[in-house]
Amino acid sequence: MWQKFKDTYFWYSFRRDPVAVGSFIILVILLLMAILAPVLATQNPYDGATIDLMDAETPPMWTPEGLDTFWLGTDAQGRDIWSTILYGTRISLLIGLGAVALQSFLGIIIGLTAGYKGGRVDTFLMRVADVQLSFSSYMVAIFFGAILQAALGVSRYADVAVPFLIFVIGFSEWPQYARTVRASVLAEKKKEYVEAARVIGLRPIRIMFRHILPNTLTPVLVISTVQVANAVMSEAALSFLGLGMPVNQPSLGSLIKSGFAYFMSGSWWITLFPGLVLVLLVLSINLLGDWLRDFLNPKLYKD
Amino acid sequence: MEHLLDVKDIVVQFRMRDIALTAVNNVSFSVDKGERLGLVGESGAGKSVTGFSVINQISKPGFIASGSVMFEGQDLAQLDNKQLRTIRGNRISMIFQDPMMTLNPVLTIGQQMIETVLAHSKVSKKEAEKIALEKLRKVYIPSPEKRLKQYPHEFSGGMRQRIVIAIALLTDPALIIADEPTTALDVTIQAEIMDLLLELCEKDNMGLILITHDLGVVSQVTEKIAVMYAGRIVEMGSTDTVCATPTHPYTQGLIAALPDGAEGDRLNQIRGSMPSLTNIPKGCAFNNRCDYCKDICFEVVPELERKKSGVFAACHVVE
Repeated sequence: MWQKFKDTYFWYSFRRDPVAVGSFIILVILLLMAILAPVLATQNPYDGATIDLMDAETPPMWTPEGLDTFWLGTDAQGRDIWSTILYGTRISLLIGLGAVALQSFLGIIIGLTAGYKGGRVDTFLMRVADVQLSFSSYMVAIFFGAILQAALGVSRYADVAVPFLIFVIGFSEWPQYARTVRASVLAEKKKEYVEAARVIGLRPIRIMFRHILPNTLTPVLVISTVQVANAVMSEAALSFLGLGMPVNQPSLGSLIKSGFAYFMSGSWWITLFPGLVLVLLVLSINLLGDWLRDFLNPKLYKD
Repeated sequence: MEHLLDVKDIVVQFRMRDIALTAVNNVSFSVDKGERLGLVGESGAGKSVTGFSVINQISKPGFIASGSVMFEGQDLAQLDNKQLRTIRGNRISMIFQDPMMTLNPVLTIGQQMIETVLAHSKVSKKEAEKIALEKLRKVYIPSPEKRLKQYPHEFSGGMRQRIVIAIALLTDPALIIADEPTTALDVTIQAEIMDLLLELCEKDNMGLILITHDLGVVSQVTEKIAVMYAGRIVEMGSTDTVCATPTHPYTQGLIAALPDGAEGDRLNQIRGSMPSLTNIPKGCAFNNRCDYCKDICFEVVPELERKKSGVFAACHVVE
């Protein structure tokens, strides 16, 4: 199995691209950090008992005032930055992947239906997509986030924040998928194997999902990588604006925000380290997505 | 005796922006059990549309305007899609021109075959696989167990077309419609595929409608022939008679255009080209290319009637 994989062109092309290999390694490290957060963290940032306010704003350990227990320093509440970053990456990735799963689920079904059925169904669904796209996802999130926070109160909002963000980011971005899928369905639909499947007497649902869908997955795969990065960014932006993850369950975005107020007064580490992790995460996903696009589209030769 | 398939006065139209073009006009023919009919004509004569109208699957904006397609006691022209699905791919199978295009590139041969069986009969996956293997052996695919797990791109062109034929055979249909099954293949493979089709039809007493523009292929395989021109059948009769002594001037031109092996001679051709569907001439559609035209040919559309030679032809001139 492994040997077979090593013989594929996929592996060959991947290995020959140092950027792809580099970003893959970084991404794997970040993923491992997120998954193994409880093991790697030196402190549980969710557990108020382990946090001591007296440790607040301790600088990183290599600076003169640094303490050995806090590698990257602490934030204004005395939480260990290293541990919080681990848990924050976890939440950011969870929201990013969840949002993309929701986007692709909605987008694929709607795009496939629109492209295959055509006519009025197509026009209707695509206009709905246009309307959806004309609302910025931040606007939708701010609107619903404000309502939800007011309705549930801040403490109960914290419990539903993750599914809420997945829903908002996923729901506002599905038209990207729907359009991409529809475009490839329109091209695939005219091919003879679809006609042949109809002549064989298969049901339309089966033709759509089993015959056309797998042939349209290439562009879906490519936009998925970009969309994960986008969703992570959206989440960070929303959290930065105070509409995302609450401070007691910080994501990368809310960590950056919590440090922002202290940035000018000298506590640069609270914002810098989560910011670096966010940049690395988004960059490595995007670079991998670039490579994937080049690999899956041989017509796009690079010099 | 009742025919297996009886197509009566079928009219297929395509709705354009403001007019409806008639691609198939009053075509009638029948196929008996185990009979092989060849449908020949130039590109655009309406052969393929006729073939698709038999299973009532004309893609938009086309539709069957009138006529009936009686098959095993049902009028297929009146059935809805749900009822048609029990006929298509089950009692009537279709084979297309380009086997590379008709097989789904992302599914293995086995997946595609098993799916077809399961769509039409309530059998287990294991049994479906057994049927698939049996049919692959029937079309002489070596080591079918291994082949079942392969993707279409792993096969050669001739093999792919044999797999398409095997898929058509899966449900033991009573009728196969083959739409230019050999056009995309090279000549040696063509003969192989035609021999295979002929053998399978004879063995299982299957009806065959062979749509092609290749008179050579038709004369090898079929018993009956229908020549189409501009959406109508202009001549229909036994293959031997039509090929040996063509009746309609158009068929005469087609047969005369075949290379006869004499070296140095120029090939004969029918002057002009087939009229476009938007401006079919008044009267006989062939009148602007025919050498024997009389006044009536420019006024009245000739009916298909029995001529002296024993075949049916639509011509005012020939008797």
